[in-house]
Amino acid sequence: MATPIDLHEVTEREREAQFRTPLRVKVCNSTSCASAGSGAVLQAVRELAEGEFGNTVAVSQTGCMGLCSGGPLMRVEQRGGGQHDYHIVTPISAERIVRNHADHGTPTAEHLLDTSMPFFARQQRIVLANGGVIDPDRVESYVAHGGYAALAKALTSMTPDEVLDQVRLSRIRGRGGAGYPTANKWALLAAAPGPVKYVVANGDEGDPGAFMDRTIMEDDPHRLLEGIALAAYATGAHRAYIYVRAEYPRAVERLDRAIKVARRNRLLGRRILETDFDLDIEIRIGAGAFVCGEETALLASIEGRRGTPKLRPPYPTERGLFGAPTMINNVETLANIASIVANGGDWFASIGTEGSTGTKVFALAGDIVNTGLIEVPMGTTLRDIVEEIGGGIADGHTFKAAQTGGPSGGCIPARYLDTAVDYDSLRALGSIMGSGGLIVMDDRKRMPDVAKYFMEFSRDESCGKCVPCRTGTVQMHHLLDKIASGNGGRRDLRDLEHLCAVVRDTSLCGLGQTAPNPVLSTLQYFRAEYDALIGATEVSDA
Amino acid sequence: MSDTASVLAVTVPESKRSVVRRQAEHLPGDDRFALVDKHLKRVHFAQDQLIETLHVAQDVFGSLSDEVLLHVARALRLPPSMVYGVATFYHLFSFEPPGDHSCTVCTGTACFVKGADDIVSGVAKAHGVRAGETTGDGRLTLKTARCLGSCGLAPVVVIDGEVLGHQSPQVAVDRLDAILSADAPQAAGLGSVVVGGGA
Repeated sequence: MATPIDLHEVTEREREAQFRTPLRVKVCNSTSCASAGSGAVLQAVRELAEGEFGNTVAVSQTGCMGLCSGGPLMRVEQRGGGQHDYHIVTPISAERIVRNHADHGTPTAEHLLDTSMPFFARQQRIVLANGGVIDPDRVESYVAHGGYAALAKALTSMTPDEVLDQVRLSRIRGRGGAGYPTANKWALLAAAPGPVKYVVANGDEGDPGAFMDRTIMEDDPHRLLEGIALAAYATGAHRAYIYVRAEYPRAVERLDRAIKVARRNRLLGRRILETDFDLDIEIRIGAGAFVCGEETALLASIEGRRGTPKLRPPYPTERGLFGAPTMINNVETLANIASIVANGGDWFASIGTEGSTGTKVFALAGDIVNTGLIEVPMGTTLRDIVEEIGGGIADGHTFKAAQTGGPSGGCIPARYLDTAVDYDSLRALGSIMGSGGLIVMDDRKRMPDVAKYFMEFSRDESCGKCVPCRTGTVQMHHLLDKIASGNGGRRDLRDLEHLCAVVRDTSLCGLGQTAPNPVLSTLQYFRAEYDALIGATEVSDA
Repeated sequence: MSDTASVLAVTVPESKRSVVRRQAEHLPGDDRFALVDKHLKRVHFAQDQLIETLHVAQDVFGSLSDEVLLHVARALRLPPSMVYGVATFYHLFSFEPPGDHSCTVCTGTACFVKGADDIVSGVAKAHGVRAGETTGDGRLTLKTARCLGSCGLAPVVVIDGEVLGHQSPQVAVDRLDAILSADAPQAAGLGSVVVGGGA
């Protein structure tokens, strides 16, 4: 049996290594930066370090630093303090930057990133704390930054109930969209009888425009594993699954490697950290079906079947995977758990708002200056997110709407920019938090087109099991197409609204129930646009 | 039927098995089946590994022909109808051999906002192919994807595995033209490998 990792010793060794080289260069090698060419930058800097600079420059890859629109990003750390971030670096400019630091100890102004800008200053990173800090492929790197300390603490000095108590105190709610209190789910699984029960991490991030979970799985895989281990310990499960979208091959690869390394170091497997706790985690890969984000559909998919949802109850905590009690948590939810256990539930509850504690990661995209991944306390206003952190609207246009919650959410107009973003406020506005995709649209976007786009998505992704969703989404899309192309009449709009209500009220699962949201919210706030489109063709009413 | 295990336990009736087995026979010496079998062995022929197995099979063969599907059904002792049902449910499984080159246009929300639709129609028009299809000469497959997660680079196009950001219809079409003309005349691409099956 493998020897367990000595967390203390690894931390010491890593710290020591930090002081061995005068200069450390970290290149963001997350998906977005990789697409922008970070691989070539990393290679150039490595060659330079290995050749000319001998052992005086340490080079490593790191996870997402957030500002994807500025990729590839690079961080240079000098021994004894001093850290500089650079954006839009190329292999050539990277060499120049490293040379300047190594030879003269001075930063290079050209690509220097102002880290006091609101994009960085206004964030509070818990889940993404290790982005730009650790090398995702090295467990030692995670451990040196406090990794697995929470698991060690829980296994050696806390009972499962005490872990659950901290989660309850934190009042964390599910980050997958609906915002169900996480502790309640855990308590149900903990109370479920029988030796066989499962914890499932939902990494089927299907909302187009959302990539929070992907970044966690790719750039800090051990944080997720630690969260799962804590959840399993608190609920008495000994087997867990991570369900990952097949569209995220890199996440699968990194998680796979992380699981193997964790097993080798006795952070997973039998007698974890020499305690009596056993846990094994298996990865299951989806195959491209948005509906598999719904928990009963997800379970069907893990079992190797068509991912169609089932009527609840029975809830999965009663009868889930392979008929055994199962708890499904979103990846971001689980990524918060280690911090909650390490710092206490009260600490977590002190962040955010009364009803929505902690932070939330948003994928900021669309017609905005700074696109990327941000983590802010719950209750940050939409205006702060869009204008301060996001840097406002690009190309001199004005803000028209922010879309949250993807195909299940809605569009929020400019007059609600001062809304503090949390689960309840977004719901009150006819949208939802969703998993955290936040797409900003400028004054050039036509809202009926946006509604049509999302309806096309829901139509394609409907699993076909229940009639309202299967046929309703097709009909709603047809009507939206007719209206958006200027061929619709008043009656079409009436039919559309009626259908929205029927599909919302009678569909089997969340996909159908929320599919009308993009239509309803754009009708609520931008009705004039629909009216203008049908006004021109009043006669076609017949 | 409520119990998952019993759903999975349904196998091909004994009387039909010989038919399935016969249809699933393949050319001797095609070691691609051996690769699929290796995976099956590794997962102990567990029926809940169907989706993973289909992924492996598609990686090996490029697409899922009837012959491949029957092979998997037989090995996992699942009804061919169930294997077919699962394979057709998920978007990522395809049943036609892919073209020599692939162009995937991201149509996620951020890319949509930045004009992905125009790129799809631009490429479609330039090459006379619809999204999800391969050109008549088997040279190019045009696909769309729902968010590749590179929203900061929107709109994004992936050509032969390379992610290209900040695209426009013209830039994407030019790039494709360059790639297609580079190995133009008689070069035999990967897509020309004959993949079994069919009716």
